[in-house]
Amino acid sequence: MTRYLGTSVKRVEDPRFLRGLGKYVANLTLPNMAYAAVKRSPLAHAKIRGIDTTRAKALDGVIAVFTGEDLLEGTGGFKCGSLPCGFQVPNLNMPPHNPLAVDKVRHVGDGIAVVVAESPYIAEDALDLIEVDLDPLPAVVDARGAMADGAPLVHDSAEQNLAFHWPLGDEEAVNEALSKSDHVVELEFINQRLIANAMEPRAAAAEWDPATESLTVWTTSQNPHTIRLLLGAFTLGIPEHKIRVISPDVGGGFGSKIFHYPEEVIVPFAARAVGRPVKWVATRSESYVTDAQGRDHVTKAKLGVNNDGTMTALHVTTWANMGAYLSTFGPLIPTALYITLFSGVYKTPVIFGEAYGTFTHTVPVDAYRGAGRPEASYLVETMVDLAARKLGMDPVELRRKNLIPTDAFPYQTPVALMYDSGNYQALFEKIEELSGYESLRKEQEAARAEGRLVGVGFASCIEASGPAPSAVAVGLGAAIGLFESGAIRVHPTGKVTVLTGSHSHGQGHETTFAQIVADQFGIDIADVDIVHGDTGRVQYGIGTYGSRSAAIGGSALVKSAEKIREKLKQIAAHQLEASVEDMVYDQDEGTISVAGSPDMVKTFAELAFASVLANNLPEGMEPGLEESSFYDPANFTFPASAHVAKVEIDPKTGEVDLQSYAAVDDVGNVINPMIVEGQILGGIVQGVGQALWENGIYDEDGQLLSGSMLSYAMPRADGFPSIALDRIETPSPHNPLGVKGAGEMGTIAATAAVSSAVLDALAPLGVRHLNMPLTAEKIHQAIAAAGNGGGE
Amino acid sequence: MEVSLTVNGRAVTSDVEPRTLLVHFIREHLRLTGTHVGCETGYCGACTVHVDGKAVKSCTMFAVQADGADILTIEGVANDDVLHPVQEGFWERHGLQCGFCTPGMIMSSIALLEANRTPTETEIRHGIEGNLCRCTGYHNIVRSVQYAAAVMRGEEPPPPDWET
Ligand code: FES
Ligand code: FES
Repeated sequence: MTRYLGTSVKRVEDPRFLRGLGKYVANLTLPNMAYAAVKRSPLAHAKIRGIDTTRAKALDGVIAVFTGEDLLEGTGGFKCGSLPCGFQVPNLNMPPHNPLAVDKVRHVGDGIAVVVAESPYIAEDALDLIEVDLDPLPAVVDARGAMADGAPLVHDSAEQNLAFHWPLGDEEAVNEALSKSDHVVELEFINQRLIANAMEPRAAAAEWDPATESLTVWTTSQNPHTIRLLLGAFTLGIPEHKIRVISPDVGGGFGSKIFHYPEEVIVPFAARAVGRPVKWVATRSESYVTDAQGRDHVTKAKLGVNNDGTMTALHVTTWANMGAYLSTFGPLIPTALYITLFSGVYKTPVIFGEAYGTFTHTVPVDAYRGAGRPEASYLVETMVDLAARKLGMDPVELRRKNLIPTDAFPYQTPVALMYDSGNYQALFEKIEELSGYESLRKEQEAARAEGRLVGVGFASCIEASGPAPSAVAVGLGAAIGLFESGAIRVHPTGKVTVLTGSHSHGQGHETTFAQIVADQFGIDIADVDIVHGDTGRVQYGIGTYGSRSAAIGGSALVKSAEKIREKLKQIAAHQLEASVEDMVYDQDEGTISVAGSPDMVKTFAELAFASVLANNLPEGMEPGLEESSFYDPANFTFPASAHVAKVEIDPKTGEVDLQSYAAVDDVGNVINPMIVEGQILGGIVQGVGQALWENGIYDEDGQLLSGSMLSYAMPRADGFPSIALDRIETPSPHNPLGVKGAGEMGTIAATAAVSSAVLDALAPLGVRHLNMPLTAEKIHQAIAAAGNGGGE
Repeated sequence: MEVSLTVNGRAVTSDVEPRTLLVHFIREHLRLTGTHVGCETGYCGACTVHVDGKAVKSCTMFAVQADGADILTIEGVANDDVLHPVQEGFWERHGLQCGFCTPGMIMSSIALLEANRTPTETEIRHGIEGNLCRCTGYHNIVRSVQYAAAVMRGEEPPPPDWET
């Protein structure tokens, strides 16, 4: 038997996708199904004076129309509640978030009414027949502007539109260190709003069974158990054990499918009210104005640095846009996942950061791939580049001077986190070699001599992945622990069903988790089936986000497998009449034998059958072979990376040509190199998207100007060179697999690396900084302004 | 309105509303749900099928416009148990993650290789630029198409990047 860990096993989930047999929510059809469509606000802020649904209800094929009031009042004692926020930082202002708006609409796309009809086409037609009398009110869209005197209030209960203020670190010490530094570099900048754009639009379907008084909900979620919990405890009031939530194949999430959305409440409500299964599928236009969005910070930062390149202190203030309502994890992102990362891979001795979370008349903001950590990396790396330029030092040399030394782990940062392991020097050596850093600099020198705008960007980043030790998470404000659950059921014939609380929506868990379990037992991977995404089958789960699944979900499976192996050893010892201590589990062969007597042996399948034959088990042992575990991590894991990008800018058009990209990542032990590389490659391209093109732009009235795939520029295949990857492996010391998160590292580093390259290219013109996205238009203007004697 | 067409080699006749998009006809009337809807406005390519041998975004035409046409969807690409070389390439070179863009991406890639068995990397990237993928970053899709191109030429495909 071969071992699977560390090998590029082809994905076992692929054949169904390759043949068009994926089971996405939109593909679901149930007998007698009806279809829902949601009437949405065209205005960012308005008072609802009245809603007339008479004409819509009269349309042939329309079954029912419900408004926000109908949902709150309910039918047959069944009504909807406000969507809660699951991350409550101190002094959080948490206004209600009704599934459909009641008194006011607060962002373009806010739901007003839902139509249920015989076909999706009829439901759409009926939307036009709903008359909504809206009284327009002034809007505010900018995170910092929202706090200004006289800014329109999103919620009357939130003065200055402030949801929270979250400081971390010793501000006094930072100010003192800054005052003693040889230099202080300062910058005010924007980290623009992004839109996740998972290729599968969100969808939800529901069926109420009056016989058992139970509800089944199908939803495009990264964490179905959390959705069930929230439906049961807050939004539907149906007891949790009477709800089954199924997230079948989900077409990408990137964070945007973590959260509890209004449609997950509206659709079950409608299904129960009309007594038929109901399905809703978002149009792409709806995705743009209803899927939680990402980033959107305004930041002021100061970094102290001495003449020799030593970084002395960092001071940061950020205004983080929360949008119109608090999304499920909104307040977590610019606080515990952002400010705690300000140390980066550096030993900056003192750091202070604070975030103001503000309400605006825009779509709610929450986790988007990286979630706080890309913002932190971009901030730290941009400041480090500015410091290097100020000192006239090579940016890599300056970074090397400040790296946390390899013998300093576990390393306590000044911003709460304790890094588990790392080897940043090795990371630097490898990236300099892989990217040909020195020769890139020489090429650049030659190009500059010819007047060409060539830039080399470098980013070395840290990530806190695998949230999180439950005590830490709850202490910071999480409303639930962040462990993971994994159960293993061994069938009488030795085949294995694995039930995991992690959820795969592209990550390939059906393969990597099968690799883990097959190796634990020494069995064929084809004998292992992974079940996920169904609260009716899987005991419990926290779900997939924050690059947590391998480290936490995978570790839960290891724990369960260890329990099973222990039981198998006891059965074998009993039947072979030897002592348990003498039993040896051969994970290559899938056998248990008596130490020193290899012919006294039992196979995994024999023992599995013995466990249900149950006539010859150790005294007092229960029959059967099934174990369940809940794994709570001891710490985050801390992947690190170093990426290098080379760009050339066309001085006439401002167009950026990304000419080469190299990345070295350390995500600890690797279960499946092919899958890990796939995660990193996809992450890099998303990160480049932020640096160069993507931008969620609202005008001052709160209209989303980039609300379609035409106006929101996503990466396409032709914008990229081949990407060179390599890795080092510094195992995490605190989980049994030694793995760290791999899902977000690419995004975290790539945005910073490409922005760094573009600014490096423009530096000779005196351009000090440009906010992302670094579009041709923006660069062209900067070049023109530089030609007129000044950069930005 | 009545429409008659061939889908994956099977003749079908159906009564549809004139405004029914071809993609909805394929998904809802024929229950061939492998053709996906990512935008319904012609940008994402998730709905790509072949109409008379050409890759077409099936959300950009009405079912009635396909009257008499020969349509191939992802479900008709494999030859029973044997995957098409492009499907095989996507599997071998990890050209998919969530799988949502995959059917459309495969249909575009097949059309690309039918027209050009020896595409350069640049030609492949241009050939699939009308298909969006949010997961893979395209790198491994390019490798998948290169793999398929080699197989279709009867050559040994280049080794995977993760082994080099
Ligand atoms: S669904 Fe047809 S192009 Fe997007
Ligand atoms: S594999 Fe998910 S969009 Fe392409």
